[in-house]
Amino acid sequence: MTESATLLILILLTSLGAAPVIFALPERAARLRTAINLTMAAIKVALVGWLALEVGQGARHGLSFAILPGLEFRLQADPLAILFIALSAVLWLITTIYSVGYLERGPHRARFFGFFSLCVGATVGVALAGNLFTFLVFYELLTLATYPLVIHRGTAEALRAGRIYLIYTLAGGLVLLLGTLGLWVLAGTTDFVAGGIMADVAAAQPLAAQALFVVLILALGVKAALVPLHRWLPIAMVAPAPVSALLHAVAVVKAGAFGIIRVVFEVFGIETVRELGLTMPLAALAAVTILYGSVRAMTQDDIKKRLAYSTVSQVSYITLGVALAGPVAAVGALAHLIHQGLMKITMFMAAGNLAEALGVKRVSQMDGAGRALPGTMLAFTLAALAMIGLPPLAGFVSKWYLAQGGLAVGQDWVIPLLLGSSLLNALYFLPMLHRAWFRDAPEAEAPRPRIGWMLAAPPLVTAALVLAAGLMANAPFSPLEWTRFIVELEYRE
Amino acid sequence: MTGPDWLTLSIMLPLFGAVAAFILPRAAAGLGLATVAATTLCVLMMADRVAAFGAVTVPLGGWGAPLGIELRADGLSVAMLALTGMVGLLVSVSAIDAFAGDRTARQRHYFWPLWLLLLSGLNGVYLGTDLFNLYVMIEIIALAAVGLTVLGGTREALRAGLDYVYASILGALLFLLGVGLIYLQLGRLDFAGVIAAPPSAAMTAALAVMFVGLALKTALFPLHVWLPAAHANAAAPASALLSGLVVKGALYIVLRLAGYMPALTEDILTLIGLMGAGAVIWGGIQALRADRLKLLVAWSTVAQIGLIFVALARAGERGLSDSWKAAALLILAHGIAKAAMFLAAGRIKDEVGHDRIRDLDRSPIRPTLAQVTFALAAINLIGLPPSLGFIGKWQLMEGAMMAGYWHWVAITMIGTLFSVAYFSRVLAGFLRFDRVRGGPLAEHHGWSGADAAPLILAGAAVLLGLAAGPIIAFIDLGAGGAMP
Repeated sequence: MTESATLLILILLTSLGAAPVIFALPERAARLRTAINLTMAAIKVALVGWLALEVGQGARHGLSFAILPGLEFRLQADPLAILFIALSAVLWLITTIYSVGYLERGPHRARFFGFFSLCVGATVGVALAGNLFTFLVFYELLTLATYPLVIHRGTAEALRAGRIYLIYTLAGGLVLLLGTLGLWVLAGTTDFVAGGIMADVAAAQPLAAQALFVVLILALGVKAALVPLHRWLPIAMVAPAPVSALLHAVAVVKAGAFGIIRVVFEVFGIETVRELGLTMPLAALAAVTILYGSVRAMTQDDIKKRLAYSTVSQVSYITLGVALAGPVAAVGALAHLIHQGLMKITMFMAAGNLAEALGVKRVSQMDGAGRALPGTMLAFTLAALAMIGLPPLAGFVSKWYLAQGGLAVGQDWVIPLLLGSSLLNALYFLPMLHRAWFRDAPEAEAPRPRIGWMLAAPPLVTAALVLAAGLMANAPFSPLEWTRFIVELEYRE
Repeated sequence: MTGPDWLTLSIMLPLFGAVAAFILPRAAAGLGLATVAATTLCVLMMADRVAAFGAVTVPLGGWGAPLGIELRADGLSVAMLALTGMVGLLVSVSAIDAFAGDRTARQRHYFWPLWLLLLSGLNGVYLGTDLFNLYVMIEIIALAAVGLTVLGGTREALRAGLDYVYASILGALLFLLGVGLIYLQLGRLDFAGVIAAPPSAAMTAALAVMFVGLALKTALFPLHVWLPAAHANAAAPASALLSGLVVKGALYIVLRLAGYMPALTEDILTLIGLMGAGAVIWGGIQALRADRLKLLVAWSTVAQIGLIFVALARAGERGLSDSWKAAALLILAHGIAKAAMFLAAGRIKDEVGHDRIRDLDRSPIRPTLAQVTFALAAINLIGLPPSLGFIGKWQLMEGAMMAGYWHWVAITMIGTLFSVAYFSRVLAGFLRFDRVRGGPLAEHHGWSGADAAPLILAGAAVLLGLAAGPIIAFIDLGAGGAMP
């Protein structure tokens, strides 16, 4: 069967091709820049939708050429790639609108939006990568494209955060290079194949296979913010709000989690990982991270820091679901990839609005924020309740499947873990909601602040998606349904 | 062979060009650019021949080896010639801009003859098949390179040039000594004869002496001491030529000889690798401590050269037949990227007015395109994907891993970390604005002609990684058993 490459190239070009144009535009050409940004983002959503339809019908889209003898640069649109790429396309569009509003008069916008495009382009590449080698290429590009965004404000604090970010992620990238080479040397290929490529190697050299798995998970765990490799994430929250939103929901953290999914399911194969005795350690690491992140979140007064620790915790649900090694849990994990993105981006955009309109950056300042910014706080509330796992919101759906999945494979401890985590979530989110809605604002409150629609609308839209993803979880093309489709493919092997 | 003799032309054209540029200083720039372009065209024609026939040999004056001199072009030599042509052409373009004013008239007069002489010498090295011939060519290169070093005429440049002269003369003498020893042994100096010679203690000694001479010329640690000052204090286009191309000449000879020498034992290879490792670490430390941008770039050359030697030595006896490809890729990547980086550093220095790394972010002037160029070149030199440097490093580590040489893997990774650390000293400042003093920020969006050439070089170095497959296939043409 022949593969078609056109759509994939077009999708990559909408962001990687747009970046140089945006860089080259003069700083003052704001309208043209916005027009290009939004057009490209909209085109991408359309293209990704088209691609999803085609892939859903079984069409094959791919592109490969040899870099070295036997070693290919390969892009392919498998259902798992579609899941991630759809998330990034939709959220990029929304975040672009938000960023235009957020940075309205700020300096260095050409640079910002250029790297913003590169960053999303790299994410697309990470999603479409058909082998670990190609994944590595885009994974590194993602690191480089994100760094200027993290330090965008250019303050000493931002630079320090950027330095820490760079040290962690580049070191992780170097370890990933080592792991990719190791895979190449051991298995003779780095292709992502449902069911994995390591079964023979694991049978012949179990020790080497185990070592390779540890190396790869360590490398990806940096971006996925697994404890103890998570330290950069709460520090990197000094970045502007849209960047944090993108980092936490779509780009960096998710690239790490997505890589773990690829490595477990399509490099090693879940059966092989289980035979190597590595599923339980991975699940334990994820469980520790879930609890640790939540506990740390409780004591943070800075809103964005609290959200960042919450990300540390929530993203590990994905790893947990993968490591439980059962189809139901896998559905929960993959659905959470989407759901967590929707919830967290809502919260970061809301936090950005609080800071912009009210100057509120700390939890202790949130009194009365609900009356001042009702729309924003409504969105925040929905997302927070979803995080806690209140039915019928998106977060509930993923937790439900994770719990069911845990039971299905006889890992009953998952239930108390999830309950405990939900309790902790409630403990650090509910006080924020309480302050916002039930306490009065301090006396000296200025007249009601106004924010433009470009800031107000995006969190509402994503909050609506959080609601929809939960309510309509069984509709065709919902994240959950698509996830089931993927898991069927992975477990058919 | 039918048709014009592209091999001889690619050596003679720049030689005549050098003479013409010296006689006609007013037309030097035009003459120089035309000569470089024409020479590059010869190389392209040659590449076409090599792609069709594998290797092309020309007996000069009709006398074949071992009596006469032969020129020979195969995949590796054409790749080196193409590197020289491409980098040379773009450096020439930016040299026109760099030496445009009246203040640099004297530099302009000498730059073109020296550079064309250098081009002739480099091409001669890449096409030569005879050790004495190579000796003559590296002397020509040294002559031109020393001239280029002192071109700026500053006190520092002159002092650095003097050190360079000593190192060059000593290196050449050692090389000549080795050549003499081999001639005493074998009575012939063509590659074929040298390679076919049975291993003996005397041969090993001769090769060792030659190697030390070449190591001095290519600035392998601990024989590197002359390089940083020489490369850092030359004018930017000269630095680009010195770091991007000149050191590659001696490196190429090592690569050529190492690939075919049965006398190389595991111990010698390990020693070479250790010297390379020393360069990686020492060069990295010094680059971290350098206070000037160009000095940092120069120290990074020391470290990168070291890495290339690690590539040469990396797989020991087992993987040697393949290790030279990793080294060749790294040579190409470094040649292109380092030339781009020196040009960019020169542009930054010109625009900002100084190149003190600590104070670069205090300036309100930000030459954006030069900064982008610097960043792209750094991506290549660090070895981040998908650049050519990355593919070279990948090959190096792959071979080392396959052979179980984990120490070379570790050295490569340490080198990568060092390069990240020292380049980010510079790159972070590009994006920093909180220390700006003196006037509002002027982010350059101007497309100065001088920015184009380095940007093309740096961009090419990054994108060529995607074409690594064909490049390696080409390097392989006419290699292996085909060596006469």
